[in-house]
Amino acid sequence: MEKPLTQNIRTDGTAIDLAAYERAGGYQGLRKALRMSPEEVLETVKRSGLRGRGGAGFPTGVKWSLVPRGKDAPHPKYVVANADEMEPGAFKDRFLLEGDPHQMIEGMIIAAYAVEADAAYIFLRWAYREAAVRLSKAIADAYRHRYLGKNILETGYNLEMILHVSAGRYICGEETALLNALEGKRANPRAKPPYPQTVGLWGKPTVVNNVETFCNVPHILKNGPDWFQSLSRTKDAGTKLYGASGKVKRPGLWELPMGTTAREILEEHAGGMRDGLRFRAAIPGGASTEFITEPHLDIPMDFDEIKKAGSRLGTATLIVLDDRTCPVGMLWNIEQFFAQESCGWCTPCWSGLSWVEQILGAMERGEGEEGDLEILRQQTKFMAPGNTFCALAPGAMEPLASGLTYFQEDFERHIREKRCPWKS
Amino acid sequence: MLSPEERREIEAELPLYPNKQAVCIDAMQIVQKHRGWVPDEAIQDVASLLDMAPDELDGIATFYNRIFRRPVGRHVLLLCDSVSCWVMGYERVRAHLMERLGVGLGQTTADNRFTFLPNVCLGACDRAPVMMVNEDLHADLTTEKIDTLLEDYK
Ligand SMILES: Cc1cc2nc3c(=O)[nH]c(=O)nc-3n(C[C@H](O)[C@H](O)[C@H](O)COP(=O)(O)O)c2cc1C
Ligand code: SF4
Ligand code: FES
Repeated sequence: MEKPLTQNIRTDGTAIDLAAYERAGGYQGLRKALRMSPEEVLETVKRSGLRGRGGAGFPTGVKWSLVPRGKDAPHPKYVVANADEMEPGAFKDRFLLEGDPHQMIEGMIIAAYAVEADAAYIFLRWAYREAAVRLSKAIADAYRHRYLGKNILETGYNLEMILHVSAGRYICGEETALLNALEGKRANPRAKPPYPQTVGLWGKPTVVNNVETFCNVPHILKNGPDWFQSLSRTKDAGTKLYGASGKVKRPGLWELPMGTTAREILEEHAGGMRDGLRFRAAIPGGASTEFITEPHLDIPMDFDEIKKAGSRLGTATLIVLDDRTCPVGMLWNIEQFFAQESCGWCTPCWSGLSWVEQILGAMERGEGEEGDLEILRQQTKFMAPGNTFCALAPGAMEPLASGLTYFQEDFERHIREKRCPWKS
Repeated sequence: MLSPEERREIEAELPLYPNKQAVCIDAMQIVQKHRGWVPDEAIQDVASLLDMAPDELDGIATFYNRIFRRPVGRHVLLLCDSVSCWVMGYERVRAHLMERLGVGLGQTTADNRFTFLPNVCLGACDRAPVMMVNEDLHADLTTEKIDTLLEDYK
């Protein structure tokens, strides 16, 4: 089975350097891209069927094609890597950045060439210290070898790349908030439209993609769109980094064909549940996605199939809930995170999330009241998509709404017995 | 006053962005790297260097989790309190750390050795529970492991 994204990642925890990356075929995708026109590169990525790996699954080629190109396009134009990764339960981008920094850099240069960008920023969360060190070195090495800077590989194409270390806040991962953060402002989201592809950083056309999205690009260029399609088991193309955390035997991260089932991930790769524990449910894609339960485990984990099961692929890093852990406590933890990280821009979110968080906390402490469940259900509707300024609040409601369905009995026991049944 | 070193590092960032304000978050992080935190006078100095109003800069400083506007101890201990770490026993680890350090979350030990802060997911959920001490990540935490690793930070 081919594992293009992780083939160069070493088990000893060190990063692959430029020379070794080149020996392994690195920067061949870029060399090939630079012999093509930007339109041809864009067309190749479009035909590959690559969908964004940051959570929403928007087709990458289509996103790039919305950037104005050609003689009359405004400049400078920008490409930005979203390396914020603050979603609880998600840890895939860190793995890619620490193990193979050149892979993402190469993907960004190809993307920048396709949209005729002049500068590329990597927006990295501060906690990823090791990634910061390795990216800085990789960028410097790429400049020295003429993959970046003026007249890249004698083609006349120029691109600057800058590493920006963020000062941290979950909302910075939302792409328009990220642009404000890069501009040195408070990271409140911006209204869309206009979309960043036309009005982005400093008002100029900008493409924002996730780390894993960029990492796929060199391989698509090198091996072609048909190859990329063939990696998958379903109609969503490529491989995917899947992960598992929680009380499984071997928590971790694995590159597998897109469309691998949750059961295979949990049983074959994560080794099943720890002794004495049973699987109860899982959140498939980071803290902002709906729970899936036993009957969903054989569904292929791709963007469309997971949606049919009432959830979202998100980051594809499963958080597992076992039968000895309190689902109300877990949801309280999740909602505390979202309440704290709300940027405070719109009322349903900043006020609603802290209300939700307090109700769940009261339930866990045995102070739940009749009617609490009704309030929680209402809040999931008040913060449904379209009712808040950005997708943070609706994301926060996804685990809660599904939890209210699957764990109704657990919630009711908390209220009825005036205690958490999992605590002695 | 910004030290010559701080000023030099901040000025080195200016060519990377099209305007001065874009450097402000980096600038505060540079000050923090040197002093551990960002005092009021540094807000004044950075603001004047970047042609911003001090209040505007302070409004930005307070938005971001990573910018400390109060002094911290010699070592900053950031314990992940997000969901995978919670499932894996974060509360037990927190209780043990509080006992060992003799302070609660948000506080600094009397000898100024540690400041103990909660932190959102550190992106190492497969190795939960997790914390960072300064720049170092410590994973798969147990109470025994905590006892030995605290000794390394004098
Ligand atoms: C609150 C919030 C936080 C987000 N955080 C991240 C993040 O940390 N990393 C990321 O790639 N996308 C994040 N996203 C999604 C981005 O807005 C955007 O869709 C993504 O970076 C686009 O990249 P892609 O097309 O390659 O998926 C977040 C979205 C929201 C609403
Ligand atoms: S939904 Fe929340 S995070 Fe998004 S803009 Fe409103 S307050 Fe900010
Ligand atoms: S939840 Fe603690 S590191 Fe991710």
